[in-house]
Amino acid sequence: MSEMTTKTTKKESKRPDGRKPEEMRKMTAKVGVIPNADGSAMFAFGDTVAIAAVYGPRQLHPQHLQDPAKGILRCVYDLLSFSVYDRKRPGPSRRSNEISKVTQWSLSPAVDLVAFPNTVVDVQIYILQADAGTRTAGINAASMALAHAGIPMKDLICSVAVGKNDKTLIVDLTKEEEDFESGEGATDFAIAKLANHDEFSLLQFDGKIQPELVKEAMELGVKACKEIYEVQKKALKEIVEDSKSGARKK
Amino acid sequence: MKNEINEAHEAFEENSSSDSKRKIVVPGEVIVKGEDYLPGEGTRREGESIVASKFGLAEEAGRVVKLIPIFGAFIPRRNNVIIGRVSDITHAGWLVDIDSASSSFLPIEESPRFINRNEMDQYLAVGDVISAKIWTVKGKGIDLTLKGKGLGKLENGFIFRIIPSRVPRVIGREGSMVNLIKERTGCNITVGQNGWIWVKGPSIEAEIKARKAIELVADKVYIMGLTEKVEEWFQENE
Repeated sequence: MSEMTTKTTKKESKRPDGRKPEEMRKMTAKVGVIPNADGSAMFAFGDTVAIAAVYGPRQLHPQHLQDPAKGILRCVYDLLSFSVYDRKRPGPSRRSNEISKVTQWSLSPAVDLVAFPNTVVDVQIYILQADAGTRTAGINAASMALAHAGIPMKDLICSVAVGKNDKTLIVDLTKEEEDFESGEGATDFAIAKLANHDEFSLLQFDGKIQPELVKEAMELGVKACKEIYEVQKKALKEIVEDSKSGARKK
Repeated sequence: MKNEINEAHEAFEENSSSDSKRKIVVPGEVIVKGEDYLPGEGTRREGESIVASKFGLAEEAGRVVKLIPIFGAFIPRRNNVIIGRVSDITHAGWLVDIDSASSSFLPIEESPRFINRNEMDQYLAVGDVISAKIWTVKGKGIDLTLKGKGLGKLENGFIFRIIPSRVPRVIGREGSMVNLIKERTGCNITVGQNGWIWVKGPSIEAEIKARKAIELVADKVYIMGLTEKVEEWFQENE
């Protein structure tokens, strides 16, 4: 979190913080960060830190939203006001509403709420510190929090952003790389994937890319997802071995 | 007061003390590969392998692979003994908060003796804590009954909560764990399947000790031979 990104004057293929194109930022993950929630987790890509809390399954109000066939998933994503350089005005915005929606869509293929009709599982994601890739960090945290809450799931979800600076494909962009302007400009390609299945649950794209590069970019993303999965798995298993429940106890 | 153990969980402690292997798995993780195995509770078959559907401890008992959840909400089942708090009185019975997604209802006919409809609050008032048994689980709600041994209003003592998935552990094999705690503290303990626990003892010190012992059991999910550990703990804290 404290590492400063410094410009390097080395070879051009190097990225601003000296990473290799397919190298990710240092990932940290922790489960059980919010004792009051039924499940919670923190996930960080370098300077981007997201926390997620899961509540439920619980009764859903208003009643007309209830589904008698299965429970529903409800996601809220937001930046905290101090997470960005210019203070973010608190409360929902166009951007956070959209990301809440895509987060919900990207998580729902993994959760199985058939056993909980007429209920809701609430997922709340907050970004403590933003340095690009906040939605992907949020999805990673939320998937861990859902598992921690004991929700039946098909798989964990891993998410990462792949991008392109001028002509080189890179993974896990920082804010600096996202704002890259020279040449072909910056491309931001957020993907989410079911960890053990060849299924994608989120594909968002912003910028320019050659059609033949899309496949290559996705492969890069799949490789990164494998690394994320290992981090998520380790964090989840740690909490059991430490024998600290970290979940609600009142 | 007797604790009634839910059949679905009865085998829990039994297997844990035997030779069976246990490992922590996350959802989607492959537990075992091979056509010989059968998927049990919390697991499913995906092609060649048995895959976990939840986060928990996977256990192979013979050919059956099952998953013991260690986190998660209470899933009501028929005949579960639960502890709840009366939240409202209607003309036909009481609404009871049992910390579950669906609301639960105790009909007036299901109380052990006749109750005059005009004097329902004299038997159970809003805020009273009861131990009850789940009679039916329907789509829209749960029906409770008070007819049964050890069921009824809980007076004095205190209640606290643990994670519902760890209740079988606290009860132990045929109630061994909870009986040990009862013996060593002299407290009266009722464990609800919804994770609410009621403790009443001769003194506050004894009650607090019982609570600490129960929380110790609920926290140490990954440890084998827990009964001995608790025995030791009692000796240290004599």
